[in-house]
Amino acid sequence: MRAAAFQTAGGLSFRRRAVNVFMLGLTGVFTVLAVSILFFVLGYLFVQGGFSLNWNFFTKLPVPVGETGGGMANALVGSAKVLLLATCIGVPIGFLAGIHLAEYSGAGYASVIRFVTDLLNGVPSIVIGIFAYALIVTRIGFSTLAGGVALGVMMIPIALRSTEEFLKSVPVSLREGAMALGATKSRTILTVVVPAAIRGLISGMMLNLARVAGETAPLLFTALGNQFWSQGWRQPTATLPAMIYEYAKSPYEDWHRQAWAAGFMLLALVLLVNVTARSIIAGGLSHKTR
Amino acid sequence: MLRRVLSGDGLAQFIVFLSATAILALTALLVWELWSHSGPSRAKFGFDFLRTSTWDPVAGVFGALPYIYGTVVTSAVALLIAIPFGVGAAIFLAELAPPRLSDAMTFLIELLAAVPSVIFGLMGIFVLLPLLLKVIPGFKDAAGFLPIFSGPFYGPSLLSAGIVLSIMVAPFIISVSREVLLAVPKDLREAALALGATRWETTWDIVVPFARRGIMGSVFLALARALGETMAVTMVVGNTPKIAASLLAPGYSIAAVIANEFVEATTDLHISSLIELGLVLFGLTIVLNGAARLLILATSGRASR
Repeated sequence: MRAAAFQTAGGLSFRRRAVNVFMLGLTGVFTVLAVSILFFVLGYLFVQGGFSLNWNFFTKLPVPVGETGGGMANALVGSAKVLLLATCIGVPIGFLAGIHLAEYSGAGYASVIRFVTDLLNGVPSIVIGIFAYALIVTRIGFSTLAGGVALGVMMIPIALRSTEEFLKSVPVSLREGAMALGATKSRTILTVVVPAAIRGLISGMMLNLARVAGETAPLLFTALGNQFWSQGWRQPTATLPAMIYEYAKSPYEDWHRQAWAAGFMLLALVLLVNVTARSIIAGGLSHKTR
Repeated sequence: MLRRVLSGDGLAQFIVFLSATAILALTALLVWELWSHSGPSRAKFGFDFLRTSTWDPVAGVFGALPYIYGTVVTSAVALLIAIPFGVGAAIFLAELAPPRLSDAMTFLIELLAAVPSVIFGLMGIFVLLPLLLKVIPGFKDAAGFLPIFSGPFYGPSLLSAGIVLSIMVAPFIISVSREVLLAVPKDLREAALALGATRWETTWDIVVPFARRGIMGSVFLALARALGETMAVTMVVGNTPKIAASLLAPGYSIAAVIANEFVEATTDLHISSLIELGLVLFGLTIVLNGAARLLILATSGRASR
């Protein structure tokens, strides 16, 4: 059939031309659809949730079923605490291990670490939740600590890979210059290589934080949830994503409204951090390596 | 050596080495915790755990088949929708769109990948389900004779979960496939075009087959994500542990049952069965991720030569 098509003298057969235009057009439609889903989700959440955001949302505790009003102040603080803890666990380990991969390690050991890190990155978040449960909850119970550990473990792989990537993008000549001046290797890394890559490193950590900020599954049975303020680190705590889940599946109209408000806030924060961090990375790369 | 250690240089090297090794230890610990905590369930049910479909916490009988079935079916539906969409969009972004437009759209699609899953669940409950309730009855009139579209439709179902999942995994297929397509050497395209092939024929008969292993890799990555996705599925799948032939029937998934029952589980056997489900999920995603990485590596290696 194709051979016949090629035989048409003086240009393409109608069928081939039609297929060409149709299929290429279809790929364009698919792309526009994919992109418009993002705008639809964002717009829908803004309309549904944006107007439900008020001062109470940020300052009040949740109210019992039946009463209207109330807010999610405890969930906001809870999420912040869990994320702080996760950052304190995930970022140092990932960062230091990333330095090892970029600056020190031989090829064999590095590829083992890289492979295992990729595997860890692919583990479903709910399985990480089970891990934190087995590790922490079985000992001290549902707590902010357990939630932080779960998200912290999830942060390690991305922290490592982004550190490695950005350190490797620093030109070797900078390292050689520092060492030629008599700096030791660790001093070179600390005072020359890391500062040169600092924009990328910080943006990478921001993206990493944004990624785990929306995680819900690993928090369900680690941080658990709480209708009240959570004191310290050893009590169960409410978190924003878990609250959205709980409120969305409830049958109450007012809780749905709150879920939309919380959803809008979460999405706006996550997207804002993403856009900021990605444009910092893009700007940094354009005048350095490209 | 001693002087280097005292100067701090050796110490620094030791600390970063320790951190890297800590990741290996942590992953090993993860596997060990899953393995040891699922011990009671593995000892009691053996392979019947994966083959039987009675899940009765009161009687202490646990068979995971309905959850495995739901996970596989929802993921399959997701891929069935996401593959044509994702590969199509990747073709547009890699072959047709001008670089600036392509970069901008890829940026937006990567933002879509950053949307938290609980938000997709929220949209699923309040936007997709009402929409499907309007559309499906008419669709059933046309295709209801097929067993996979039989039976009543109430909203939460395997199909709904599959659709939400497809939206969540499509960005992965798009961005990875685009990278793979962009890595295909230019001379292949030029040769095909010079022989008189149309743009589409060049893409479909030459470029895509060249990149097929990498595209397969992106599909595996997407599948791994779909299998492990919890929140969005839990919110729209219906949470009913039944094996139904119809996609319109409610179902359940491995991740969803862990999310729903973990806190309420009281007996050790129940918890250990849920952890064994986690182990199954872990094994599946490890295999898929490993395969995906090999495939993507194989393609980019071939292209760079």
